[in-house]
Amino acid sequence: MSSSPAGRRTATTAVASAASESRRRAARRAERLFGAVVRTAAFAAILAIVLIFVFVGREALPLLRQGQAPGHGEEIVSWASLAGPTTYPDRPPRYVWQPVSAVPKYNLLPLVVGTLKTTLVAILFAGPLAVLAAILTSEFAPRWVSQVVKPTIELLAGIPSVVLGFFALMVLATWLQGLLGVRYRLNALTAGIGLGLAVIPIIYTVAEDALAAVPRSYREASYALGASRWETAVRIVVPAALPGIFAGVALGFGRAVGETMIVLMASGNAALATWPLTDSVRTLSATIAAELGEVVFGGPHYRVLFLLGVLLFVFTFAVNLAGELTVRRLRERLGGRA
Amino acid sequence: MSSRLPGRPSAAWKGSAFVALCGAAAAIIVAMLAIILADVVRNGWAGLGWEFLVSAPSEGMRGGGVGPAIFGTFALVLLMTIAVVPVGVLTAVYLFEYARPDSAFARAVNLAVSNLAGVPSIVFGLFGLGFFVRFVGGGIDRVFHAGELAWGKPSILWAALTLALLTLPVVIVTTGEALRAVPVAAREASFALGATKWQTISRVVLPQSLAGILTGAILAVSRGAGEVAPIMFTGAAYFLPKLPTRLTDQFMELGYHVYVLSTQSPDIEATKPILYSTVLVLLFLTFLLNATAIAIRARFRAALRPQDA
Repeated sequence: MSSSPAGRRTATTAVASAASESRRRAARRAERLFGAVVRTAAFAAILAIVLIFVFVGREALPLLRQGQAPGHGEEIVSWASLAGPTTYPDRPPRYVWQPVSAVPKYNLLPLVVGTLKTTLVAILFAGPLAVLAAILTSEFAPRWVSQVVKPTIELLAGIPSVVLGFFALMVLATWLQGLLGVRYRLNALTAGIGLGLAVIPIIYTVAEDALAAVPRSYREASYALGASRWETAVRIVVPAALPGIFAGVALGFGRAVGETMIVLMASGNAALATWPLTDSVRTLSATIAAELGEVVFGGPHYRVLFLLGVLLFVFTFAVNLAGELTVRRLRERLGGRA
Repeated sequence: MSSRLPGRPSAAWKGSAFVALCGAAAAIIVAMLAIILADVVRNGWAGLGWEFLVSAPSEGMRGGGVGPAIFGTFALVLLMTIAVVPVGVLTAVYLFEYARPDSAFARAVNLAVSNLAGVPSIVFGLFGLGFFVRFVGGGIDRVFHAGELAWGKPSILWAALTLALLTLPVVIVTTGEALRAVPVAAREASFALGATKWQTISRVVLPQSLAGILTGAILAVSRGAGEVAPIMFTGAAYFLPKLPTRLTDQFMELGYHVYVLSTQSPDIEATKPILYSTVLVLLFLTFLLNATAIAIRARFRAALRPQDA
């Protein structure tokens, strides 16, 4: 790709515009106009983030006021009923998510527990695999191994999440049931492993970047002191890159919490606040996806679903920000790529 | 392994064990991808054919093909591309050609872009419903249609704009990479000949980054074609008897079709062959797009590398 034809054309243009004063003025006007257009476009990204927060929040906001308005009777969704358990006259209090019933119950705990369970499985499954594979390709592997692993990760990252959800639902669930003999095919474990498949590329990419950013001089100093290749990798390179590896895990966590289709298809979607990983679960994201299609616009259920959206947005925003800042600081500390 | 010192058998043993562990992890990842692809190809291949690609679903989703879903997917990503590429490219031009990297506004834009990339796709769906469908669409109906429902309902336009927001970071980051790869000398030569900034950008920088911009657009299309959560409530439909012809029409889409077939079917065994073939079409489409993007990117990286030195 040579620049000379473009350069020659520019030169001609420059000479021509120098010849004519009015043309130069027009060029200046075009210049200002383009500058303004470019700045406006750049503003779009900021506007998008602000609008997302405002408009998802706006639909949830009336929940706050509804608690104070008299005459709404049973339609009130108070903060206490969101955070606390449902109380019964004849039974002990229980955490219930049951938005469609004579008395809708909106306790968030089962959804939060479900989200944490699937996310935990995903991170425990994907984290070690992705980090070890990143150490392999950046520290040990001969060229041909990297040339197999890296495209694999790129392909995996390119698989739409609905396909991973489909795979977890149709294939993985049956295998796991046969392997563990559990009662329900669709549970936190199935969904978590499916989710892990989506998270592996994120953790791998960030971890591999962090390992590659460790300057060569660190490794050379270690070899000079007589350390072997694996000692250098484990004691020098990995510790130096550790903040970046953690950032990768954090970003993977953020993705796992917000991921929708995989958990919607493979988690069983029963809102249970129980410990076993082999119980069905319902996550925050899957709840929105499963229920938003059937709610009354502007009703309390609709508002609560947008509130779940606000929770997801704020949470992933915080996790991503922390991850992003860690990566940036690490890169500054290690002085960029060697 | 030549740097290992002799005379420390225990360390050598531990070293081999650790490398073997790393190798096993990588092998598991490769194997899982192979299993997914093999499963989909093995079960989906038989059902593929011209008839499947063009015909509409029939017999309650147990027969026919995915023609309307393919059409809807293409129409959706086309609209999305028209919306996202100009905004994304101009934002990248601002970040890399106009802004001082340490200015507060540039930092804010960078931060917004990286956070936009991390917003969960279902939140985009909520936003699309709350903003595009209810606020913008509902507003247009109130002002121009006296409250009659025309724009204030899910449609292909609102779904495409929602996806455009979701894929904006992809376009910005990839275009930025391409802009950075254009040698500074090319810009300086242009300035030295008396060209203005706008002339330099439009006639020197952008033409040289065309391959990178194309890569960004293709990656955005690939990402957009696979997302389901953002379009569930902003325009995608379960089944439609006719193709979308206007911006306010709803549409069928491949990813959403996979979701519907695999979760809402009353008889999953009867739907299974069609389901697998649909997944195969979707996977083939996204892989083809990604492979094209990777190939183009590799070429422009290789082409620009010697000039950097």
